[in-house]
Amino acid sequence: MPFNWFKLSSPASFYPVAGTLIPWFAWGAAILAAIGLWLGFGVAPTDFQQGEVYRIIFIHVPSAWLSMFLYVVMAFWGVLALGFGTRLSGMMAQAIAPTGALMTFIALWTGALWGRPTWGTYWAWDARMTSELILLFLYLGIIALRQAIGDPRRADRACAVLSIVGVVNIPIIYFSVKWWNTLHQGASVKLTGSSMETTMLAGMLVMSFAFWFYSIAVVLARLRAIVLERERDAAWVGALPDVRGNAGVLR
Amino acid sequence: MNATAPSTATILASVPADGALAGVRWALARDLKLAVRSRAELGVQLLFYVIVVTLFPLATTPERNLLSTMGPGVLWVAALLASLLSLPRLFATDHADGTLEQIALSPYALEALVSGKIAAHWLTTGLPVVLLAPMLGLQYYMDGESLTVLAAGLLIGTPILSLLGAIGAALTLGLKGGGGLLALLILPLYVPVLIFGAGAVDAVRAGLGATANLSLLGAGLALAVVGAPFAAAAAVRIALD
Amino acid sequence: MLEAQNLAARRGFAELFKDVGFRVKSGDALVVTGPNGTGKTTMLRMLAGLSAPTAGEIRWNGRRVEPFSAELRAVVAYAGHLPALKDELTAEENLVSLVELSGTSAPRADIDRALDAVALSHRRSLPSRVLSAGQRRRIGLARLLVSRRPLWILDEPVTALDAAGAALLARLVHDHLDRGGIVVAATHQSLGLQPSRVQSLVLGETVPA
Repeated sequence: MPFNWFKLSSPASFYPVAGTLIPWFAWGAAILAAIGLWLGFGVAPTDFQQGEVYRIIFIHVPSAWLSMFLYVVMAFWGVLALGFGTRLSGMMAQAIAPTGALMTFIALWTGALWGRPTWGTYWAWDARMTSELILLFLYLGIIALRQAIGDPRRADRACAVLSIVGVVNIPIIYFSVKWWNTLHQGASVKLTGSSMETTMLAGMLVMSFAFWFYSIAVVLARLRAIVLERERDAAWVGALPDVRGNAGVLR
Repeated sequence: MNATAPSTATILASVPADGALAGVRWALARDLKLAVRSRAELGVQLLFYVIVVTLFPLATTPERNLLSTMGPGVLWVAALLASLLSLPRLFATDHADGTLEQIALSPYALEALVSGKIAAHWLTTGLPVVLLAPMLGLQYYMDGESLTVLAAGLLIGTPILSLLGAIGAALTLGLKGGGGLLALLILPLYVPVLIFGAGAVDAVRAGLGATANLSLLGAGLALAVVGAPFAAAAAVRIALD
Repeated sequence: MLEAQNLAARRGFAELFKDVGFRVKSGDALVVTGPNGTGKTTMLRMLAGLSAPTAGEIRWNGRRVEPFSAELRAVVAYAGHLPALKDELTAEENLVSLVELSGTSAPRADIDRALDAVALSHRRSLPSRVLSAGQRRRIGLARLLVSRRPLWILDEPVTALDAAGAALLARLVHDHLDRGGIVVAATHQSLGLQPSRVQSLVLGETVPA
C-alpha cells in the first residue's frame, strides 16, 4: 500500500515518527563521528606544510558545509510554510535555525583556531570566512525575528520570507566578498594542501555525515519540543503519557 | 443582487487598465506630498549623514592619504546607516494611523503601491545622499574621478538599499526592538551593495575601471526592482494578519 | 451576498470563537455584538480580507474568497478603529486620497457633495491634525459615500460621533441598504434599522452555522 506522505504533515502524526527516528540518527552520528575522528586524527598522515594543526579541518569543513546546507533546508521549509500554510513546515524551519547557527559558529571558531598557528592571525578577511560570518548574522536575524514576533503563525511566515530572501542572497554575498577579496589581494586561504590525500577526504566525508546525522537528531528533538509547546492545547498532547502525569505543570 | 448596487464588474471596470502604474503613482504622489510637509524630519536624516561622515576623521586621523583611502568606505557605510535610520518610517506611520490597512485593501496591487512608497523613500533619503556625498568626499581628499564613481555607485546602490530595506521594514512592523532588529536583518543583505559600491572607487583608483563593479550593482538593482516589491508586499500582508 | 461557514479564529494561543456562520443578502445588515475580547474586530478583519480565519471559509456571491483576494478588495470598504487619516493632509486631501486609493475617480462635484453631506465643507482645507475625533470619523463616512462599494465593514462606527453624527451614520447605512448594499457592523448602538433587515451575531456564544 503506498505510503501517504501527507498524513505526516500534521504535527500530531509526525511527533511519534520523529521520536522513533531520533535514536537511529543519534547513534548513527556517534558511530560515524567515532570512525571519522579515528580517520582524521589517527589514520590520516601529517600534512606536509601544516603539521598536525590542519586536522581541525575534520571539524571545520563539515560544520561549514552543514551551516550552508541547513540554511537551504530551512529556506525550503519556509517556502512550504508560505505556500501551504502548514504548521509543521513552520515548526521545522523554527527547529533548524539554532542548529544552523551553531554549525556556523563552530565553523568560524575552528577556522579562527586553525588560522592562528597557520597564518599567524585569528581572522583573515577571505571570501569564505567573511561570507560565513554574514551567514551567522542571517541566522541570528531569523532567530531574533522569531523571538520578537509573538504570534507563532506570523512568526512562521515572516521568518520564511526572511530566509527565502537570505537564501537568494547567499551566493551573491559569497561572490561579492570573493570579488572584494581578490581586488584587495588579501590573505588567501587554502583549506587544503596541494591535493587531498584519500584518507583525509574520507575522514572529511565521514565527519560530514556524522554532523549531518547529528543535526537531524537534534533538529527532530527540538521539533518535538516545539510541537509540544505550540500544540499544547490540543487533545492529543494532553493524552501523552509524559504529559498526563504532569498535567498541572504544562499549563 | 439588487440592480442598483454597483456590481463587482462595474467596480473593477472603474479601476483604470494601467492599474499597476496608477497604484505606483498614487503611493509616490502621496508619500512625496507627506514628505514635503514634514521637511524637518528629512533635514534631520541628512544632518545625520553629514555628522557621521564628519566623525570618522575626528576619530581616526587627519592624515591625507589615510583619509583618502578610507573615504569611499566611510561615505558608503554612512549611507547605509542613514538608510537604516529612515526605514522604520516607511510603513510604521501608515500602520499606526490605519492607512496601511486601507492600502492593503485597495484594488490596486499591493506590490505597485509598495513600489511607489519605496520610490518616494529613495527620492527623499537616497537621492539627497547621492547629491551630498561628492561634496563631503572633498573632506576626504578624494579627487574628481573618485567622486564621480562614488556618486555613480551611490546613484545605483541607494535604490537597492531602499528596496531591500523595505522588506526589513515590513517584516519588523510593530515589533519591539524595531530599529536594532531591522539593522540585524538588513545589514547582511546590504553587504554586496557596499562591497561593489565602495569597490568601484577602489577599482578606478587602481586603474582597473569601475565598469565591472557598477554593472554588478546595476544587475543587483534590476534584481531588487523585480523581487523586492513582492517580498515587501508579502511581508506587509503577514504583518497585518 | 456574504456568507461565512464554520469560521474560527485564534490569536496566538487563545481561541476567540469557532463554528460561526451566517448569510447576509444584499440589502441586509449584520450587527456583531459581544463583550470585549470576544473577537469582534478579528471577525470583521477576516470579512474585510485582512486576516485569514483559523478555520472555515468566507464566500462572496457564492465564490470563496481568501485574504487579500482581488475580488474582495474590489467590493469592500473597511472602516476600522483608526480613521486612516494623515495628519499632514487637509480633510479634503485625505478624502480625495482615500477615494482614489479605492480605485474610484474623485470628481470635484462628488467630493463637494460628500463633504456637504457630512457637514465638513467649512473645514475642508484645515490640516487634519486640528480636526476633532468626531470630524475625523466623518471624513471616513464621506469616503464611504463617494467610493460606492457594495460591502461596508464598520468596526465601532459610532465611536466619537456626536448625536448628529450618529444620525448621519444611520442615514447613510439606511440608504446604502436601500441601494442593495451590505453592511456588517460591530456596534452596541442601534442604527435605527428595520429589524427585518438586520441579523444579529453575538460572539461569546456559539451560533449555529
